[in-house]
Amino acid sequence: MPNSKGRFGAHGGQYIPEILMNAVIELEEAYNHYKEDPEFNRELTALSNEYAGRPSRLYYAEKMTKDLGGPKIYLKREDLNHTGSHKINNVLGQALLAKKMGKTRLIAETGAGQHGVASATAAALLGMECVVFMGEEDTIRQALNVYRMRLLGAKVVSVKTGTATLKDAVSEAMREWTSRIDDTHYCLGSVMGPHPFPTIVRDFQSVISREIRQQVMEKEGRLPDVVMACVGGGSNAMGTFYHFIEDKNVELIGCEAAGRGIDTFETAATISTGRPGIFHGMKSYFCQDKYGQIAPVYSISAGLDYPGIGPEHAWLHDTGRAKYVPVTDDEAVNAFEYLSRTEGIIPAIESAHAIAHALKIAPKYSKDQIIVITISGRGDKDCAAIARYRGEDIHE
Amino acid sequence: MNKTHKIADAFAAGKAFIPFITCGDPDLETTKEIIRSMAANGADLIELGIPFSDPTAEGPILQSASLRALKGGVTTDKIFQMVRELREDACAPVNLPMVFLTYANVIFSYDAEKFIRSCSEIGINGLIIPDLPFEEKGEFSDICQKYDVALISLIAPTSANRTAMIARTAQGFVYIVSSLGVSGTDTKSDTDISSLVELVRENTSLPCAAGPSVSTPGQAAMLAQHADGIMTDAAIIKLIEKHGRDAAAPVGEYVKSMKEALLCV
Repeated sequence: MPNSKGRFGAHGGQYIPEILMNAVIELEEAYNHYKEDPEFNRELTALSNEYAGRPSRLYYAEKMTKDLGGPKIYLKREDLNHTGSHKINNVLGQALLAKKMGKTRLIAETGAGQHGVASATAAALLGMECVVFMGEEDTIRQALNVYRMRLLGAKVVSVKTGTATLKDAVSEAMREWTSRIDDTHYCLGSVMGPHPFPTIVRDFQSVISREIRQQVMEKEGRLPDVVMACVGGGSNAMGTFYHFIEDKNVELIGCEAAGRGIDTFETAATISTGRPGIFHGMKSYFCQDKYGQIAPVYSISAGLDYPGIGPEHAWLHDTGRAKYVPVTDDEAVNAFEYLSRTEGIIPAIESAHAIAHALKIAPKYSKDQIIVITISGRGDKDCAAIARYRGEDIHE
Repeated sequence: MNKTHKIADAFAAGKAFIPFITCGDPDLETTKEIIRSMAANGADLIELGIPFSDPTAEGPILQSASLRALKGGVTTDKIFQMVRELREDACAPVNLPMVFLTYANVIFSYDAEKFIRSCSEIGINGLIIPDLPFEEKGEFSDICQKYDVALISLIAPTSANRTAMIARTAQGFVYIVSSLGVSGTDTKSDTDISSLVELVRENTSLPCAAGPSVSTPGQAAMLAQHADGIMTDAAIIKLIEKHGRDAAAPVGEYVKSMKEALLCV
């Protein structure tokens, strides 16, 4: 029997239609070639540094630290990247790779719109066509990002099928790729989907943990005790964890979107409420009913509103190397407001899930310990929705 | 169950017509009537879709059918029961070969062994799983072997150098996807089917069925010059969408017209 590829323990694999198989094989071969190519890496580093503004800061959140009275809190500022989130790290890598493969067109899915904006940006920069699939529900929640994508020259397709959120946008992008492979690269935005995407996206995002290591060593002369990040599909968390996986003394914590709570049906906390399944090209954990129908998940955060999780996270969970915790809408909104007031940093509502959990656990750590939290993106895009959540109707 | 029906029977007497139906759209009683009507009007093998919430290989027409069926409360267990009733009907049992089309998660999450054993017990001859390519066949192939349920392989216009490898280990029949894109969309069939079929035949003696984006008798006849069977989905779903609970008769007429076209090839 054939050997299935791209496994993380039992998870991962390539559960996709035959029509797409040669496309992912071609992608894997190109990636394996270019990742070792000095010229490719030189170009990517130049783009990341000169265009996207890397390295991002590791900021000592002194007021937050004092306020919590416990461990030193550092924030990894992916919100300061060009386009306002960590998504640009992956997109620049994939767009450059696609260009080297001779592709002229990028398609992408987006939830909160951050990956869509990053894809549209890279396409503009590299002179490629770009089509972004976004759930209709999310085009309403994140209207500003829809406009940004259009401004950047991308076409935004509003997806009305299913729950009209991120999972449907992924399904629609996969369908589009099925009908147009020759000139098109599917620029998947998270550490999910069929092999080789979880590996490619993780590698491009692992710049986050590579920098954290170096920066925390410079500032503190030692590794942190905890690194944490929010998890939907899990790309910023995978990037944050990756270079710490072998350091068993560093706790890895992923913060999932619990929506209205993991005891309700309005949740997107996959590890807490899901079970093993096969969907969107991968074996992993998914929120689903007893017959394997994918559950209509919910979170206030469009970027975490996804019924699955990347296969490498599923494996880190199985092995106990990383811990995944649920964070509710309420807790995230409180943290969104807390970080804005305390540090003058408005985090993305996605990232606020990680802040919320830090607020909960900080008292359990001592003053000589260090927690690093990745701020995956900035929160400007969320202001109108959070205002609505608080009962205030503002117009963007 | 003593299987009196085999996939090979479908291809034994000329070109086979293989219609598709989403089980439970709009309800299982109608599905049963439509299956009987298909059988009575010349269908050689029936492809029964078990709906999945997120059918990523299907276009809007089939997506809507799945959604309607799921909204109507259909489940895997109810579909098993429906097939059992058709097979075991004391007066008029349905005896033509039937296969399930469904997504990997529907089988995996039910417990693959339990699912495939049930298929065997109720007289399902094979499984078509759009999101299970050659590389992942191992997920279910041993269990399929154990219960004598054929795991049907798909070959696409983009399969190229993979075609021979897939054909060599195929079972039941080879499903040749005749056009790019998701199923149920009217993509023009610009694929060179004859050379694809030829390549498949060099590597297996199994029959080749082409589809599913074939809707008219004329298209069917043309494609059947190369393929041993024709598979159709969206054209039937559209009839069911239009006629609802009264779809059995118009679907029967449609199946008859397709089969007649194939008899002339």
